[in-house]
Amino acid sequence: MTTDRDVTGREGAEAYTLRVNGREVRVAARPSRSLLDVLHDDLGLGEVRYGCGEGVCGTCTVLVDGEAVSACLMFVAQAEGHEITTLSGLASLAGDAAATEVHARGRALHPLQQSFLRNGALQCGFCTPGMILAAHALVERVGQPTREEVAYELVGNLCRCTGYAKIFDAVAEYAGAAADGTRARHVEPVSDHGSVAS
Amino acid sequence: MTTRTARPPRTAVPPSSPVAAEGFRVVGTPAVHHDFVDKVEGSLRYAADWEMPGMLYAKVVRAQVPSARLVSVDVKMASSVHGVVAVLVADDVPHNQILSEGAGGLGELEMPMPVLADDRIRYVGEPVALVAATSPQAAEEAAELVAVEYEELPAVFDTVAAQQQDAPKVHDKGNVLVTWQVRSGDVDAGMAEADVVVEGTYQSQRVEHAYLEPEAGVAWVDNGVVTLRVATQVIEHGPEIARILGLPASKVRVIATYMGGGFGGKEDMTVEPYLALLAWRTGRPVKLVFERQESIVATTKRHPFTMRYRTGVRRDGTITAQEVDVTGDAGAYPYLSARVLFAAAATACGPYRVPNASIVSRAVLTNQVPTSAFRGFGAMQVTFAYEAQMDLVAKRLGLSATEVRERNFLQKGDVLPTGEPVQTCVEVGRTMREALERLGPRAEEGRPGSPHVRIGRGFACNRQPYGRTVWFRDRASVWLSIEPDGTLLLRSGVTDLGGGQAASLCQIAAEIVGVPLADISVYIGDSALTPPAGGTFATRQLFMSGNAAVKAATDLKALVAPVAADILGVREDMLSFADGRVGPAGVSAPYLTLAELASECNRRGVSTAVMSTWHAPVGTFDPRAGQGHTFPDYTYGTHAAEVAVDTETGEVTVLRYVACHDVGRMINPLRVEGQVQGGVVQGLGYALTEEVPIVDGIPASMLFADYLVPNSHDVPDVEVAIVESGEGKGPLGARGIGEPAIGNVAAAIASAIEDAIGVRPTSTPITPERVLEMIDGVGSAQPAGREGPLERPADR
Repeated sequence: MTTDRDVTGREGAEAYTLRVNGREVRVAARPSRSLLDVLHDDLGLGEVRYGCGEGVCGTCTVLVDGEAVSACLMFVAQAEGHEITTLSGLASLAGDAAATEVHARGRALHPLQQSFLRNGALQCGFCTPGMILAAHALVERVGQPTREEVAYELVGNLCRCTGYAKIFDAVAEYAGAAADGTRARHVEPVSDHGSVAS
Repeated sequence: MTTRTARPPRTAVPPSSPVAAEGFRVVGTPAVHHDFVDKVEGSLRYAADWEMPGMLYAKVVRAQVPSARLVSVDVKMASSVHGVVAVLVADDVPHNQILSEGAGGLGELEMPMPVLADDRIRYVGEPVALVAATSPQAAEEAAELVAVEYEELPAVFDTVAAQQQDAPKVHDKGNVLVTWQVRSGDVDAGMAEADVVVEGTYQSQRVEHAYLEPEAGVAWVDNGVVTLRVATQVIEHGPEIARILGLPASKVRVIATYMGGGFGGKEDMTVEPYLALLAWRTGRPVKLVFERQESIVATTKRHPFTMRYRTGVRRDGTITAQEVDVTGDAGAYPYLSARVLFAAAATACGPYRVPNASIVSRAVLTNQVPTSAFRGFGAMQVTFAYEAQMDLVAKRLGLSATEVRERNFLQKGDVLPTGEPVQTCVEVGRTMREALERLGPRAEEGRPGSPHVRIGRGFACNRQPYGRTVWFRDRASVWLSIEPDGTLLLRSGVTDLGGGQAASLCQIAAEIVGVPLADISVYIGDSALTPPAGGTFATRQLFMSGNAAVKAATDLKALVAPVAADILGVREDMLSFADGRVGPAGVSAPYLTLAELASECNRRGVSTAVMSTWHAPVGTFDPRAGQGHTFPDYTYGTHAAEVAVDTETGEVTVLRYVACHDVGRMINPLRVEGQVQGGVVQGLGYALTEEVPIVDGIPASMLFADYLVPNSHDVPDVEVAIVESGEGKGPLGARGIGEPAIGNVAAAIASAIEDAIGVRPTSTPITPERVLEMIDGVGSAQPAGREGPLERPADR
């Protein structure tokens, strides 16, 4: 058996220029390489995660021009010319930067991430980046979604650990604060919120 | 005792202390810790997020027939693929056998499981060969080129056929892996005493853990040690991995990553032996990530159970006797089946007093994917049956479902069918009343536009153990130190499924040593550097390592207190530890910061570190008598549900759901609620949609799209009500809550559906097709109070 593939699996690779998290990056990949593999393996963006490869689970969700997309279903060749945002780039999205807080370890969290933290809207955390990005796209589009709209929008992002109630709470709180211009400001990792369980 | 709850409706709940209950500063608060921060940031590095120079990519070649003699495995073509570094088959494995831990030597058969199939294939998906290559594409291409020649053999796919005399044998020793019995009193006399005897047969299905993170890991060799960084619940598999490689146990190191969910599916080894073999053979780092479809087809599942119950009651509802016969489909290899079926036997009578009991459970092998641990571990499946029996009793006697249960609820001091007394308080009645009250007013039927929709309500109670069976003499250790700057460092071999196992230990230690939560860090799950904690399963880590953390924190204070007392000139018993300081209580009293104390200890040569081990209660079980000690303790709870059943489509919509458990004490309310809400949602999948169908040994689908995990649109908001009895065997009176929350769901939903349509579902999942069959009077309807002899268990 012979193969025309070299040992790095990059035989037939072409150069692509992508815009990822506000920066231009050049990658060499075969045109059929998935955006997921490029982001996770080649660019080291660990928050874009393989979960099923079928576009069912939502763990590889990224924003493509602001719309939530499963990166496992998109070829790198299709991503050229679009603005790609992963969770680590969310805080730097235009318009949100001013509202971003620096948390206790000196890194920036977007207000929606802060809301997930405050509401304990996660357990294992594997679905969290995709969940946050999908919710962000919804809030950007409709402002203050109803609980029903959030539930409908997040059908493509499965959570197996903690159910969805706290996630809905987190999205609602963020959307509410975003709508009336009062971004929630508590960013201490050790939160003193009493909105749950007391 | 207090009851706390969450949304909705928050306002209906009497406010408790905004900080914490009963003088605690850290325990009982919804504090978030390091793990949550990393996770919302997306910066946590899971098992698949690990790269090393020269790393290879692995692929497992799996059998495509359910039963066969393995004639040959030809790797020539595969090996010639450019980039392929190794292709391994059974002969390449130094010790080609994974020992099953079984049930602790109480009578189950030992059936060896090869790492790679050698002479026999026993299920579709069984590993046959391993490939490692320099790119994932090359590994995949090579895996497809491994030529496997089979000679197909007769196979058996259900537990009834497998128990026939002439059934094809999955293993030479026979198809019944183990038979357990639990016996107390005199069942015949108890049945004779009964005014009514009700009987039912219940069937559950094979389901998939479906954690969002597929099984994954990276292994490498350095310092002469094979190191695996894997998603596992159990780092204690290290010695087993070493044995397979023919290495000393000290030459294998297992590092557990924070997992993207586990639910029991990462309790047995998954990627470990394959990674270790390839890394050891090639000398290079190797990564292996199971594909989702591979995980669905080939990794362990929850046991389908066939459960036959016969319950005798007096006219007033008092249970006089119960006969139970449970058969679990173990699939092709033992894994933890013996223990799962033991748990089923030990909990088969639920939270009820049964003076005369005869319980038999057995695990039966078939040519299907093996079943093993899955949240609830046998105690979960039987809840569906014993709660159906209670509802059936109520119906037959014309009593309310609550009345029948109240009459039979266990109390502290009552003797279980295993002959052991209940050692802590049983607040199941309180959880039942609480859950039902919170369910609120009934939804209206026959709304315009949906005349075919019927509303129903139901509930279910449960008893789920926490901790391993006591004959394992369980123990866990914590290493706790005060660092020079006064912060705490906790090391534990605990693995973190996502439930906050590590953070909870921090909360406990921070509370007792009196430091803010931000001032404690934790290292977990490394067999080389953290003390053994015994794996995260059986709802045991809060119980075991939580108690070890209490002990370590207490020991640490005792270690440094003499130094503080000496410096401050006070008696040791006057010292209190709070806010990172130690000194006598009182505003103007002198104190030392922990940093000052650590410095002084260092100067005097006094250690500021302890390693403390906590031992669980021990006991023995006599499998022949069916009597003895089983689990350390139990968590009790009740779920109540309201459903809408569309009688035209069969669709069941869950409108309201309340879950109430006595958790003893909440270490972190946010995480307790998360566990309960997540358990309920997972339970709703089990109740209504989830199933891994296998037809004649062949998986009907390997697509995740066909496996219906509940999504955000499928489930209602789950209201959580927590009872804190203050009386559990865990740290500070806590009980475990990891597994208990999934147990009640299917029974509560079945009860609500029965209320809506008048027929009791007796099989899960309760799909629209099944609902329509029930409405039409065919399929798995439960004839009320069917009389007749229960088939006697086979000789054992």
